[in-house]
Amino acid sequence: MQSIRILVLLFFISVASFAQVGVFTYKKIPTVKLKTVKGWPFTSDSITNQGKPIIISFWATWCKPCVRELTTIADVYDDWVDETGVKMYAISIDDSRSMTLVAPMISGKGWDFTVLLDPNSDFKRAMNVGPIPHTFLLNGKGEVVFQHTSFAEGDELGLIDMVRKLNRGEEVK
Amino acid sequence: MNIRICLLLGAISSLFFFPVVVYPQDLLKGSEVHGSMQADASYYLTDPKTGITDSTLAGQLIRMNAFTEVNYSLGNFTAGLRFEAYLPPLTGYDPQYNGVGVPYWYVNYKNDYIDVTAGNFYEQFGYGMILRTYQEWSLGYDNSLRGLRVKVMPFKGMTFKGVYGVQRYYWEPYKDFNRGIVKGFDADFYLNDIFTSLKDAGFKLSLGGSFVSDYQQGNTKDIPSNGKILSLKLPENVSTCGGRFNFNLGGFNWFTEYAHKINDPSALNNYIYKNGDGLFTNLSFSKPGIGISVMSKWIDNMGYKSDRTVTNNMLNINYLPSITKEHSYALASMYPYSTQPDGEVGISGTVTIHFPKKSAIGGKNGLSVAANFSQVNGIKKSQVNDTTIIGQIGTLGYTSSFYGIGSEVYYQDANIEVTKKFGKKWKGIFTYLYQTYNKDVVESHAPGDYGTIYSQIGIADIAWNITKKHTLRWEVQGLWTKQDKGNWVAGLVELTISPKWFVSLMDQYNYGNTDVSQRLNYYTLSAGYTHQSTRISISYGRQREGIICVGGVCRYVPATNGITMTITSSF
Repeated sequence: MQSIRILVLLFFISVASFAQVGVFTYKKIPTVKLKTVKGWPFTSDSITNQGKPIIISFWATWCKPCVRELTTIADVYDDWVDETGVKMYAISIDDSRSMTLVAPMISGKGWDFTVLLDPNSDFKRAMNVGPIPHTFLLNGKGEVVFQHTSFAEGDELGLIDMVRKLNRGEEVK
Repeated sequence: MNIRICLLLGAISSLFFFPVVVYPQDLLKGSEVHGSMQADASYYLTDPKTGITDSTLAGQLIRMNAFTEVNYSLGNFTAGLRFEAYLPPLTGYDPQYNGVGVPYWYVNYKNDYIDVTAGNFYEQFGYGMILRTYQEWSLGYDNSLRGLRVKVMPFKGMTFKGVYGVQRYYWEPYKDFNRGIVKGFDADFYLNDIFTSLKDAGFKLSLGGSFVSDYQQGNTKDIPSNGKILSLKLPENVSTCGGRFNFNLGGFNWFTEYAHKINDPSALNNYIYKNGDGLFTNLSFSKPGIGISVMSKWIDNMGYKSDRTVTNNMLNINYLPSITKEHSYALASMYPYSTQPDGEVGISGTVTIHFPKKSAIGGKNGLSVAANFSQVNGIKKSQVNDTTIIGQIGTLGYTSSFYGIGSEVYYQDANIEVTKKFGKKWKGIFTYLYQTYNKDVVESHAPGDYGTIYSQIGIADIAWNITKKHTLRWEVQGLWTKQDKGNWVAGLVELTISPKWFVSLMDQYNYGNTDVSQRLNYYTLSAGYTHQSTRISISYGRQREGIICVGGVCRYVPATNGITMTITSSF
C-alpha cells in the first residue's frame, strides 16, 4: 500500500515537472497530410498566417452544431480579418461518404475561410480531438493557446476577444 | 519483495526525477505529451413498457465504455497508446468487448521523405473501396491494423504506401493464423506536381492505384447444406485491386474509383465464387453562391473481411459507405440506410445555393437552400444456369452485367433544407424529407416480413439569441407513415449559455402506433458543462430502439431507460 502511495506521488510529481517544461503545450501543431477541397495534398505545417493568430476548427457536413458554428463565424469573418488579421482553417473530418459534398457546401453557404479535408481523421487523431466541433486558437508563433469543444452561440465572441488579446500581446487562458 | 519495490522505485525515480534535476532542458525540450479521454457510463432502470425487465438487465445495472489515449512526440518521433475499458460494455455494443486492455499502440518516425509506423495504424487507400482502417468510438468500431506501415515520398507529387498486419478483433490476440494477414500497396501521382510543364496548366489531374491481399489459412471448409455436408475448396489468398483519378478544371471536379476483387467465398456472400466489382464516381461543381454534387455507386459482391466466417461489423478490410445523405435530426435519422455489400446501385445529387444579404430572394439577412435526392436499388442478378438458384452456396452464385439496375428499391430520400436568419436574433432551419426504406433488405429480414416504409418528415429548428451569451433553441419534428410504427412527433427545447452550460429537454412521441400500448413518450432531460476542452454531460430518459449509423457502418441500439453520464477531455 505504501509503495502504491509513493508511486502515485511520483506520478504526480513527474506530471508536474513535465508540465513545468511545457510538454502539454502544443508548441507546434503536428505535421500531418491533409487535402485541399479539390483533393490536392496539403501538409498541416503550411497552416500559417504571417505571425498573426490562427483558428483551427474541426467539423463535418453532418454535424449540426459544427455547421452552426461555421455559419455564425462566416457572418462576421470578413470583419474579423479586417480588424485582427486572424485566419481560420476549418478541417472537415467527413470521410469518403460525404467528403465530396464539402466543396459544394462551402460554395453553397458562401463561406470565405480555408477548408481542408481530413478524410481518415489523421489530423484529428494527431490533435487528440474527440467529439466535434472542436476549436483551437494558435498565437502568432503557432503555439496552441486555447482549445474548446462544443459550440454555443456567443462562443465566437469569446474567441475573437482572445484573438484581440493575442494581438495586444496579452496572455490568453 | 522489498528489494523489488526498491528497484522499481529507483527505476521510476531515475526516469522522472533524474532528467528534471540534471538536464531537463536536453531531454524534455522539444518533447510534447498530449492525449484525450472519454468515459460513457450508464445506470439502467427497468421499463416494462419497452420490455426492459430485471431479467433483461441481468443484474448489470451500471455499465461503462471508456478510453484514454496518450501520445508522446519528440522531433520526428511519435509514440502513443490507447487504454480501453468496457466494464461491461453499454447495451447495444457487442458483449465481446467486455474487458480492459491496450488494443492500440504505435511508434512512428517521419520526415519529408519517409514515414514508418510499427504497431497499430489507421490507413486508407483512395476512396477506401479496397482498404480503410479507422476507429469510430460511438459505434464501437475499430478495425485497426497491427503490423508495419511504410510511406515513401521520393519526389514531390508521388506517394507510395505499403501496409502489412493483422486486424483488431475485440480483445482476441492474433495467433496461429486465427484470422487473415493483410498486405497492401498504394501509389498516388499528382501529375501537376510531377511534370513542371503541367504546373501552370488550367487543369489538375491525379492518378492512384492500389493492391490488397488477404491470406487466411485453410483451403477447405465443410458446410452443412440441405442436410448434406458440402466440402468447399477455398482460396487462401484473396486479392483486390483498384484504380482512381481526380480531375479538376475550374469549378468542376471529377473523382472516380474502380475496384475488383477475386472470388472470395465467405459467410457474407453465402460462400459463392463470384468475383466482386465496385465503382464510385462523383462530379461536382462549385462557384461562389452555388455548389452541385452528383455521385453514383455500383457495388457487386464487394464484402471483404480478414476472416471469411465473420458476419458482424468487425474485420472489414474495405469501406463501402452509403451515398445517401446522413441526417442528424432524430426523426430524419429513424430509418437510416446502410450499404448492402452483396449488391446495390445508387445515385445521389445535392444542390446548395446561397442567396446573399440584400438580394431579391435573400432578403435582408440572406437565405441558404440545400436540396438532395438519392436512390439505391438492388443490382440485376441472373441465374448461372437453369439448375442453380441465385446465390446458391458453393456455386458461382449469379451473373450480373455492369451497372445492371435491379427493380427492387432499397432506399430513396428526397429532402430540402432552408436556412434563414430573421433579424439579428432569430435563425431558423426548415427541413422536409420524403423517405422510402426497404426494411426487409436494409435490416436483413426475410422478404415480406416488414416490407417498405414510406415516410414524410417535417422539421422546424428555431434559435433565438436572447442575449449575446444566452440562446434558446426549439425543434419541432413530425414523421408520418402508414407502415411500421406509424406517426411520430418530437419536440426539443435547449438553452445554451456560452461558453459553459447547456440544458435540454427532448420528447419523441409515437402517437400513431397501431398498438395502443406502444404509444410511448421517449423523453430525455440533459445538461452539460464545458470548460475549454473538457465536457461533462448527464442525461436521464428513455431511448427508443433504433439504428445509429456513422459513415457506412450502423449499430443496433436497443431501447433503454436510465441515466447516462459522458465525460470527454483532451489536452
